[in-house]
Amino acid sequence: MSNLKKNERGILNWIDYRLPVISFLKHSAVDYPTPRNLNYWWNFGSLAGFFLLVQIITGVILSMHYTAHVDHAFNSIEHIMRNVNHGWLIRYIHMNGASFFFIVVYIHIFRGLYYGSYKAPRELLWWLGIIILLLMMATAFMGYVLPWGQMSFWGATVITNLFSAIPLIGDNITQWLWGGYSVDNPTLSRFYTLHFLLPFLIVGVVILHIVALHTHGSNNPLGIDKKGPQDSIPFHPFYTIKDLFGLSFALTIFFAVVFFAPDFLGHPDNYIPADPLKTPAHIVPEWYFLPFYAILRAIPDKLGGVIAMFSAIFVLFLLPWLDTSKVRSATFRPIYKILFWIFLLDTIILGWVGSKPAEGIYIIISRIATSYYFVHFLILLPLLGKFEKSRPLPESIGKPVLAE
Amino acid sequence: MHILTIAIFLVSLIFNSYSADKALKPEQYPFSFSKPLGKIDKNSAQRGLQVYVEVCASCHGLKHVAYRSLEGLGYNKDQINRIAAQFQLNDLPNDEGEILKRNAIFSDYFVEPYENYNAAKAANNGAYPPDLSLMVKARKDGANYVRSLLLGYTDAPEGFDVGEGYYNKYMAGNVIAMPQPLYGDDVEYKDGTKASLEQEVNDLVTFLTWTSMPDLENRRAAGLKVIFFLFIMTIVFYLSYRKIWSELKN
Repeated sequence: MSNLKKNERGILNWIDYRLPVISFLKHSAVDYPTPRNLNYWWNFGSLAGFFLLVQIITGVILSMHYTAHVDHAFNSIEHIMRNVNHGWLIRYIHMNGASFFFIVVYIHIFRGLYYGSYKAPRELLWWLGIIILLLMMATAFMGYVLPWGQMSFWGATVITNLFSAIPLIGDNITQWLWGGYSVDNPTLSRFYTLHFLLPFLIVGVVILHIVALHTHGSNNPLGIDKKGPQDSIPFHPFYTIKDLFGLSFALTIFFAVVFFAPDFLGHPDNYIPADPLKTPAHIVPEWYFLPFYAILRAIPDKLGGVIAMFSAIFVLFLLPWLDTSKVRSATFRPIYKILFWIFLLDTIILGWVGSKPAEGIYIIISRIATSYYFVHFLILLPLLGKFEKSRPLPESIGKPVLAE
Repeated sequence: MHILTIAIFLVSLIFNSYSADKALKPEQYPFSFSKPLGKIDKNSAQRGLQVYVEVCASCHGLKHVAYRSLEGLGYNKDQINRIAAQFQLNDLPNDEGEILKRNAIFSDYFVEPYENYNAAKAANNGAYPPDLSLMVKARKDGANYVRSLLLGYTDAPEGFDVGEGYYNKYMAGNVIAMPQPLYGDDVEYKDGTKASLEQEVNDLVTFLTWTSMPDLENRRAAGLKVIFFLFIMTIVFYLSYRKIWSELKN
């Protein structure tokens, strides 16, 4: 119910009495009690939301000028780049916005891994986050197909072909996905539709993510629950200003890339129109898929590779139960802290080998790194919770120093 | 087992160094636009346009570029119409349904050298001469790559079979289907600059960088303002953040 009174004056009160949007905002974005000790790593949630909005706004504008047809898609992108007013800016923001969305979300996820944000009672919050990641990956993959350049076409061919590894019905599924016997016009137009649709599903899941978040409040660097009002501060102005500072800082880096190195994160081959008769020397996905691409190629068997790649994400769903330690924050878990950094290094190595051709030493490295990825989750974490001796936890957020 | 791993490692290292596509890394050249705030040298780009029109255009298209956009290189409308008039294209069907040729004008896109893909291939020994509109963006380190490639024709080393192609140390695989297009005496520059191979290549690459990225100068100029603004905003937000949070300590 509205917490503003019926007889109070003003337009906002009039609205709020009938539709409590004002009190909703006040409850969840102004007064919302937030742990007072959040560090800068907690900026990345709101940053991710910001980049989602940027992608939707620039994407809607691009869709007004883009043509989803194999004969016109590439040309329509060049039309946007050359003829549409500031089209180059909108497109470069959208292209690099995708990359920054992933950078921000990956940091957000690793923040969660370090501080144990996935542990009770935030398991579903964590699950919703993984669903957002999966939707983002599908959206980004299909978006990369739309310019219909060489990497668009061959990336789409490689990834959709993965489904043919499914026993018995694999080929049928692949043809069903393509809408034909190869990646062609039906594939492009359905990818366009889905690329437009999925971001709005992401918005829906983000809302659920925030509802789940606000049910028990943010985790914090100490990983202990709030004991009383002295442990929290209102979201506004303390975290609104901190998020604005973080946003402004992130945008400085983002626009430095957009304006001065807009093609740095892309692949030059995607400025060559798609040619189904000419395979590029090395087919590589966008950088944010490279670790998963490395896992896919590390397994000598096609079906095995596909299963391993999907498992690499689905194992995250099990994480709240695989990590048996009751202590959330790595600050108080001396061994987990080391394992966290090794795991981060492992994913970076996977990303690096993912960008290399699948031959020679790179295959060996990718196999070792892939094994470690799963060993971390399936063996080390369950055992660690049983044997690790954690440091004593502080008594409360407000007085961590007096805990000793 | 360990010995086997080490052996695989060493063999793969050797294999790697041989399997890398035998192309030299492009030579780095300081173009007017190479630095982050550099601009397109308009005089050089105009000379490059002349090289394109007089030499390259007989085989390579520039289909994403409209003649009107040449205003970005400092030409006025009359000059552009004169440049466009050097090209002929099929007009729309007239009242009798006949398709006649007409000269290109300001609003047309660069006319393609061949009627269609197959005609282009047939005229070039089966190799399609790629469109050059995006060539600089479509190759890694594009400007330096195109420059190195055009300067990189040499005789093939003894025993190297180039087949129907030509030897070029910067081309992946070292065999290129295009014969050396520029020799140094291919154009007589309208602005009086003395033509040489390197001069022509540098001018052409400057022009093709502009066709790939006509937004380059606007983008960099706008970027400077945006970054300056965001830098100030970041400081303002940081100071506000410190100010607001200082109340918490009391």
